[in-house]
Amino acid sequence: MTDTQILAAPKKSNGPFARWFAMLWADKFAFFAALFLLIVLLCALFGPLLMDAIATKQNLRGRNAPPFDITRGWLYVLGADALGRPLLARVVVAAQNTMLVAAAAVLASSVVGTALGLVAGYSRASAAQWIMRLGDVIMSFPSLLLAVIVLYMLEPSVANIVLVLAITRIPIYLRTARAEVLEVRERMFVQAAKVMGASHWRIVFCHILPVIFPTLVTIATLDFAFVMLAESSLSFLGIGIQAPEITWGLMVAQGRPYLANAWWLSFWPGLAIILTTLSLNLLSNWLRIALDPTQRWRLEMGGRKNA
Amino acid sequence: MHEHHTTEHLLEVRDLSVEFHTLAGTVKAVQDVSWYLDRGETLAILGESGSGKSVSASAIMNLIDMPPGKITSGTILFNGRDMLKMTAEERRAINGAKIAMIFQDPLAHLNPVYPVGWQIAEMMTAHGKPGADAAARALELLKRVGIPEPEAAMKKYPFQFSGGQRQRLMIAMAIACKPDILIADEPTTALDVTVQAQVLALLEELQRETGMGLLLITHDLGVVAEIADRVVVMNSGHIVETGNAAEVYRNPQHPYTKKLIDAAPGKGDIPAERERQGEPLLKAVGLKKTYGAFHALKGVNFSIMPGETVAVVGESGSGKSTLARAIVRLDDPQEGQVFYRGNDLLAMSPREIFGLRRDLQMVFQDPTQSLNPRMSVFRLISEAWVIHPDILPKAKWKERVADLLVKVGLKPDMAERYPHQFSGGQRQRIAIARALAMEPKLIVCDEAVSALDVSIQTQVIALLDGLRREFGLSYLFIAHDLPVVRDFADRVIVMKAGEIVEEGTVRQIFDAPRHPYTQALLAASLDPDPEVQAARRSARIRNEGLVPA
Amino acid sequence: MKSFIGKRAIASGVSLVVLVVIVFFLSRLTGDPTNLYLPIDATQEMRDQFRQMHGFNDPLIVQFGRYVMDLVQGKFGNSLRQARPAMDVVLEAFTWTLWLAVITMVLVTIAAIVIGSLAAFRVGGVFDRIATFFSLIGAAAPDFWVAIVAIVIFAVNLHVLPTSGTGSVWHWVLPVGVLFIRPFGLILQVVRGSMISVLSSAYVKTARAKGVQSRSIIFVHGLRNAMLPVITVIGDQAAAILNGAVVVETVFGFPGIGKLMIDSILLRDFAVVLAVIMVSALAIFIMNLLIDLAYALLDPRIRY
Repeated sequence: MTDTQILAAPKKSNGPFARWFAMLWADKFAFFAALFLLIVLLCALFGPLLMDAIATKQNLRGRNAPPFDITRGWLYVLGADALGRPLLARVVVAAQNTMLVAAAAVLASSVVGTALGLVAGYSRASAAQWIMRLGDVIMSFPSLLLAVIVLYMLEPSVANIVLVLAITRIPIYLRTARAEVLEVRERMFVQAAKVMGASHWRIVFCHILPVIFPTLVTIATLDFAFVMLAESSLSFLGIGIQAPEITWGLMVAQGRPYLANAWWLSFWPGLAIILTTLSLNLLSNWLRIALDPTQRWRLEMGGRKNA
Repeated sequence: MHEHHTTEHLLEVRDLSVEFHTLAGTVKAVQDVSWYLDRGETLAILGESGSGKSVSASAIMNLIDMPPGKITSGTILFNGRDMLKMTAEERRAINGAKIAMIFQDPLAHLNPVYPVGWQIAEMMTAHGKPGADAAARALELLKRVGIPEPEAAMKKYPFQFSGGQRQRLMIAMAIACKPDILIADEPTTALDVTVQAQVLALLEELQRETGMGLLLITHDLGVVAEIADRVVVMNSGHIVETGNAAEVYRNPQHPYTKKLIDAAPGKGDIPAERERQGEPLLKAVGLKKTYGAFHALKGVNFSIMPGETVAVVGESGSGKSTLARAIVRLDDPQEGQVFYRGNDLLAMSPREIFGLRRDLQMVFQDPTQSLNPRMSVFRLISEAWVIHPDILPKAKWKERVADLLVKVGLKPDMAERYPHQFSGGQRQRIAIARALAMEPKLIVCDEAVSALDVSIQTQVIALLDGLRREFGLSYLFIAHDLPVVRDFADRVIVMKAGEIVEEGTVRQIFDAPRHPYTQALLAASLDPDPEVQAARRSARIRNEGLVPA
Repeated sequence: MKSFIGKRAIASGVSLVVLVVIVFFLSRLTGDPTNLYLPIDATQEMRDQFRQMHGFNDPLIVQFGRYVMDLVQGKFGNSLRQARPAMDVVLEAFTWTLWLAVITMVLVTIAAIVIGSLAAFRVGGVFDRIATFFSLIGAAAPDFWVAIVAIVIFAVNLHVLPTSGTGSVWHWVLPVGVLFIRPFGLILQVVRGSMISVLSSAYVKTARAKGVQSRSIIFVHGLRNAMLPVITVIGDQAAAILNGAVVVETVFGFPGIGKLMIDSILLRDFAVVLAVIMVSALAIFIMNLLIDLAYALLDPRIRY
């Protein structure tokens, strides 16, 4: 099957929302991933507001209460921690810090990295060379070690954690954006825009950025998962977010001493991390197809996605 | 048992139907296709893209992925046995050893990470020949197909050869096991015309030597005329006509065949010559451009009059595209001037150039790549007015886009679609509409029709010609093939290795070429008439020995 | 190629200098280790003497100058905690981590390549779906969590594996097993994706037309081409273990460089911290060099 043209009939316009929803529904894995992420997002936004009091209320009679026992109420369905606080409420509340740190770090690193990558890829000035060298320097830092050192030395505050994680992730976007720009700017449609007299500004933002944007979004989604795992590791090691603040990573660490007789303390927050990461990976796979007009029909046709 | 038939052909395809399941539905790639091939003869399957001309060859070579493909009916008899009923292992034993295949784009079809000697030898070791013998034979084959320094070439990688050499390597590989049949799928399509002639000559020679049957799949009437005994014409999955090649050309029965033959470029009357008078619209003086040690332009001079079409013809590496890019200032030359209405373009400031952009537009070779895939047709065309707001007030954009789409033969309601929803020819029309949106005086067409099917090519050229008359446009028309420009251009410039070797009116160039290179180019471009090609071929054979290899 | 290595060396050198400077000053600014090493009831004289001995009384810049002078002579200082050359301590720990990384990555690479290639050969088949499912989960699993879950299952409940230390072969099973999961998931996905595109390439079509056997098509024609994007990921993951196995080493009490790092920072053992950084940076540099070398070996287009 080489050149058979399939001319899509003009779509009935259902508005962009319905269209995206249909594309999401076409890939069931991505649909449930998105649904799960939506729930996580709602927990992150409203969880602390609604459940903060419950999540911090100690109940010594319910210490290490086992899961799947609803005699204490549905909040205790996942069990309780060493101070008798309901795990469900704590997992919901912890979503906020976990998401906040990852989102801030990803946002900061992607914006800075992409901007630098656009300059490095498009400009022929020597500044471009310097940016790349800077990226190389950051890349050759042992990143987790660096995070460990900086956070031990400095105060392990949310801002510092975000800063450290953001800096170590900049090169990912820098390199991807640059490599893509180098390729895209030689494409014929960029040349065509130049012939029309388009300004550099217009070429970068109207022709190059929209083309590389899906790649960057896909990477950012994957990276969100990576950053979340990194933050969780740091919190687990005790140099991330500090109690009484909670994150999922910290909760896993807090449950560690009770592993032998109360596995659920560490298990649930860990499961939350896995499911969120898995969802992000699945959604990133879907995005790669959905954001590409030449691939999108796979989803619009409502069929199974091809890898 | 139907295994043996009274009239036995070497290879016979009977009532073959193949479909592909796509998410858009089932596509019937070929339906009830039947043809045969005998020892020592050449059969051409002629068709445009999407005609299904390659599908039966893929079925013979077991290259159809199933699923999504499915062979719904038919038999393929090789020496009287149905290949479709053979085991996978039997099919493998035939592939390469008995029936070999070469493809278009040999660079993509050779494994980039293994030396070519190894790849040729593998053809033999895969069929049980000991490694040392295979290597010795591979060396012999490299010599036979005319690869220079064959010993050293054995250890080289595909990317270290030229396009023509790579196709020779593919041929060497294909004939390694002395197959009964060689299938060649568009073997010369990506090659320069002079190289194409050499490769076709090699195939013919090898066929004479070995007596193999040659199945040639092509879109090019010229290739059919040069090499085929019989021809099968295909259109959208069906065979529309079949017969002796010369017969079919002289007396086509099916309307599609007639259309195809009519569309072949270079047959019409040469347009009447127009006087060159007044000031040139554009004049290039002493253009020089080097890329490192490579001299792309070695001092080029020419001019274009208002309303004139100047064609620049040359093979790859001739500098013709560099010239096009220099004129629109995509790539500045190191030396020389380009005067547009008396002002030197190359000396202008970016601001002055910006004003001039409106007058100088370009249409690129591959419309798939020259249209931003993420912009709708409306945005693609109206971008001209975003950049140059003085051309048209925003209120009129919609109306003008519709006008332009009609002008290039599309429908106004296509404005909201995206480029990937169009066919190649339609895309090139969009690209032309985009250029027209600027209301230019001169359009540089860089191989603007080379990526299109012949019948589409003719339509696009007719469109350009009509627009020239309507708007008084001038064209600088870059092409690699002489016949394409014959019916369309006023003047022709022939370039070779960064220099203009000959320049003149179409009549001068086609009827009385002076420079040997122009003569060689004309001789190498294939005439769609098998009788003309046969006459040229016998003339060539008479002169053999006089012409250096 | 040579200039490429040169650029890499310069970038790594610069980053090393920056790191050493940052870490040197940061670590000194955050506190004086004296109180950590002397008993609580130590007299002021003892404290002064300790500070004098280790030079903590001098201005920071003098301490830094002294450190640099020592470095130039190849002296990395002594570990406060173990009272022997810091570099010896670090290299000892590094050897353990190196083994951990090598064993894990060899296993991961073999498993991911074989399973990924076979999954790509029949896309959408049962084998492919199972492999994809497990690789997605593997790539999403946080190692610290897997580590403690593994401890609960294998050590606490089943009593079949030791939880910490390095005494026997069995001690390696849990750390290697836990470190295996994430890189395996990631690399398998890359191998599969890369192999799918390679198997649909034109030269594989040629190989099929030549009558080459399927095994040879996958592992001779396909694999070498498919490995190019895979190598980068293998390198990244190996580097991650070389300097980031902090969590797993801490959980399993494995005497590697990650654990050493954490302990040294906690105890303000400055010389060791700096030595760890230098060794890690060098390890990453060599790692990247090996990756580039592997690239050049696999792809002749890079060699010329």
